[in-house]
Amino acid sequence: MRTTTVVVGAGHCGLAVSRHLAERSIDHVVLERGEVANSWRTQRWDSLRLLTPNWQSRLPGYSYQSHGGTDPDGYMTMPEVIEFISDYARVIDAPVRTGTTVTSVRPSGAGYIVDTDRGRWECTTVVLATGGFNVAKVPELGGSPPAPVTALSAFEYRNPDRLAPGGVLVVGASATGVQIADEVHRSGRPVTVAVGEHVRMPRLYRGRDTLWWMERSGLFDERYDEVDDVVRVRKTPSPQLVGTPDRITLDLNALTDQGVRLVGRLAALRGTEALLSGSLANKCELADLKLGRLLDTFDEWAGERSLDTVGPPERFAPTRVPDSPPLSLDLARGDIRTIIWATGFKPEYQWLDVPVIDRKGQIRHDGGVVTESPGMYLIGLNFLRRRKSSFICGASDDSRDLVSHLVRHLDSLVAA
Amino acid sequence: MTTASVDNGVNVEHLLGARQALSEAPEAAQFTWKATNEWLNGTHSRSSVDSYYGLGEEHQHRSTFSFEADHPLVFGAEDNAATPVELVLAGLASCLTAGVAAVAQNRDIQLRSVKATLEGNMDILGILGGDPDVRNGFDSVKVSYDIDADATADEIRALVAQSQKRSAVYDIITNPTNVTVEVN
Repeated sequence: MRTTTVVVGAGHCGLAVSRHLAERSIDHVVLERGEVANSWRTQRWDSLRLLTPNWQSRLPGYSYQSHGGTDPDGYMTMPEVIEFISDYARVIDAPVRTGTTVTSVRPSGAGYIVDTDRGRWECTTVVLATGGFNVAKVPELGGSPPAPVTALSAFEYRNPDRLAPGGVLVVGASATGVQIADEVHRSGRPVTVAVGEHVRMPRLYRGRDTLWWMERSGLFDERYDEVDDVVRVRKTPSPQLVGTPDRITLDLNALTDQGVRLVGRLAALRGTEALLSGSLANKCELADLKLGRLLDTFDEWAGERSLDTVGPPERFAPTRVPDSPPLSLDLARGDIRTIIWATGFKPEYQWLDVPVIDRKGQIRHDGGVVTESPGMYLIGLNFLRRRKSSFICGASDDSRDLVSHLVRHLDSLVAA
Repeated sequence: MTTASVDNGVNVEHLLGARQALSEAPEAAQFTWKATNEWLNGTHSRSSVDSYYGLGEEHQHRSTFSFEADHPLVFGAEDNAATPVELVLAGLASCLTAGVAAVAQNRDIQLRSVKATLEGNMDILGILGGDPDVRNGFDSVKVSYDIDADATADEIRALVAQSQKRSAVYDIITNPTNVTVEVN
C-alpha cells in the first residue's frame, strides 16, 4: 500500500496532524495499534483526570465548546478524555487504521517503508505521534526491593484497593507521585513519599487556574529555540497539579497536612534497605523559589494590564520539611508493603530502524523536525516546540508548524 | 550573556563550552580524582594531591598540594592538624562556595563577600564503639551563608540552592556511594 504520509499513533497529536494534512489535501493514514486514544484507555489509573481545565482542551478545528461541554472550569475524567478524542477523530473523519501495530519504520529511497502486523506501507513522509509516555522510567538503584514488598510502576497502578494492606512508598513527587500518594493515603495505607526535584504549583492563583496564567501570560507559547537550556526544560518534571471538582492544590504541604510522610529522594537499594538522600530541604527550597519566580512573572504580566478579573497577588507558605527525615527505610520490616515508581515516563522507539537515536535512546530532532532523516517528524514530547507541547492544547500549533514543514519538504522533492 | 560589569572571577564561558563539548563526547567527561596518604605518627597523616585523569588523559596540578590531618587533644592525640571530618566540612564549604560564585556569574550577579559557617554534629560514641545504635558519621550538617551581593534576598537564596543542586561534595555527603578499600 502506498500513501504520502503515514502518521503513527491516533492520540490527540496524531489526529491533529491528520486534520492539518487533510486541510492541505495530503493523502495519509493514521496507524493505531489499539483504539483511538489508546494510551488514555489502557495506561492510566482509574481516578485520573486531566491536569488542564476543560476550556483548554482544544484541537485544530475542535474545542470543548464544539464538543458540547458544559463545565469549562472542570477537568476531564479518563472516559471523558477518550470520548473527546474519539469524537474528534469522527468529526475530522481521520483515516485511522485501528488494531494496526507498527513493527518497523525504515528509510527507503526518498521516503520510508512502514511495516505493520497488517501489511506494509510505503510513504514519502512519516510522523511519529506515539507519545512521550511509552515506558516507565525506573531508576537504577543497585538492587531490587526484598520479597515482602511489591513494586509497581504508575502504569500498573489502578486504584488503592488493588494494593496490599499496609504502608506504601511512592517514589517521586511530580504530578503522578503526589496524586497517587494522596489517593493511597486516603485509603488508609500510610504513605511515605520520596521527594526529588519537583515543580510546585498551586491549582488556583489569584482566583484563576494556574494554567490560565501560563497560557495568557505567554509562558505556554515560549518556544524551544528561545529558552536558555532546552535539554533542561525538556527534562522538567510535570507540575504538582491535580484536576479535581473542587480545584484543590496538591503540593507537599497538602500531603503533610494529611499525614503523608516526606523523605529524601530514593538514592539506592542496599540489602533490605532503601537509602534516602539528605537533600530534601534543598529540593523543597529550589521548588519554593522557582514557584516564587513564576508568580513574580504572572504578577508582572498582570501589572502591565488592567485585569479586573483576578484577585490580589498571593504568596504561599514555604514547604514544611521535617527536621530530620530518615535516611533509610528497612523494607524487610513489613511496614512498607508496596513501592510505586512515579519516577517519570519516556518514549520508546525499538521499532524505529532509522539511525537518529542518541545515546539515551531518544530521537535527535529540531523542534520535531528529524533533520538527519528528511521527511520524518516527531510530535507530542515535552517542550517539543513550545512549553505547552505535551499538553493537549499544545498539539494545535505544533501540528500546524510540522505539517507546514512537511508540505515544504514534499514541494522540494517535486521541484527536484 | 555575562555583562562586563559583573566579575566574580569565574570563567563561565569556559564551563558552558565544556558542557557543550562533553555532551557530544561523553567519554571525555569521565574523570578520576586522586589522592595519596601516608601515616606520619599516631593519628597524624598527610595526604597529597598532584594529578587527576580527565578529558582522556592524565593532568598534573600546578603543584603538589598536601593536607595533614590529626585528632585533637581531647582524643589523646597531638592535634597537629584539623580532623578528617573537619576536612570534609572544608570540602563541602569550598564546593558550595565555588558553586555560588559560578552561578552568580552566570546570572549576572556581582558578589562582594561570601562567607560560610559550618557545623557537623556527631555523637562520638559511634566512632568509639560505645553505642552500636549510633552511626560514626555526622548526624547532621548545618551550613550558614552570609552573602553580600547585588541581588535580592530571594535571588541570593536561589544562588545557594542552585549551588547545592550542582555540588559534587553536597551529593557525596547526602547520597550513598560504593566504597571499596583494598590492601595491596
